[in-house]
Amino acid sequence: MTAMLSLAITATLLLYVLAIGVAMARLFRGPSAQDRVLALDFVYVVGMLMMLVLAIRYESEVYFEGALLMVLFGFVGSIALAKFLLRGEVV
Amino acid sequence: MPLFAEIVVALLLLASGVVALVAALGLWRLADFFQRMHAPALASTLAAWLVTFASIIHFSTRGEGLALHVWLIIIVLSITAPVTTIMLARAALFRRRLAGDALPPPLQPEDRA
Repeated sequence: MTAMLSLAITATLLLYVLAIGVAMARLFRGPSAQDRVLALDFVYVVGMLMMLVLAIRYESEVYFEGALLMVLFGFVGSIALAKFLLRGEVV
Repeated sequence: MPLFAEIVVALLLLASGVVALVAALGLWRLADFFQRMHAPALASTLAAWLVTFASIIHFSTRGEGLALHVWLIIIVLSITAPVTTIMLARAALFRRRLAGDALPPPLQPEDRA
């Protein structure tokens, strides 16, 4: 890994952290419940992208499985929250 | 790993970071919830594709053959992201109508009368 790629990875992770910070501001501000669910779903997606970048950074395939799990858990969580907003119960 | 591939990987990663930040700014700045729903799609499509291509190029140029397993992530994302969006849109529509808003607005202004 050259210094250039290492620098690019650090910059990308910083941009992701900024994106998560802005989304967290939306999550805390609202104003409605569906805004918060949308922001949480976005945070899940960006965290998953962060795992993929870390897989390149540490040359490891384990992060890939973590990213796949984050996609699936984020999906299940967002669907459960959306169903809850729709009817007041999850199933 | 050749230098050319490394430059491509670095550019793809930086582009995905910028796209994710643009999506977050859209999530913050757009006015209405139904406008805000458009912004995160940028992260789950374009940013995810860019990172996937970067990852495939990086793990394929190590001399151990093609490494296409990261493709699975965007396949799963392209199945789950529209489902989440539709469920959230239905929930938002239901809640806004329950609160008394006339949604969706009429397509044409009714000025014929």
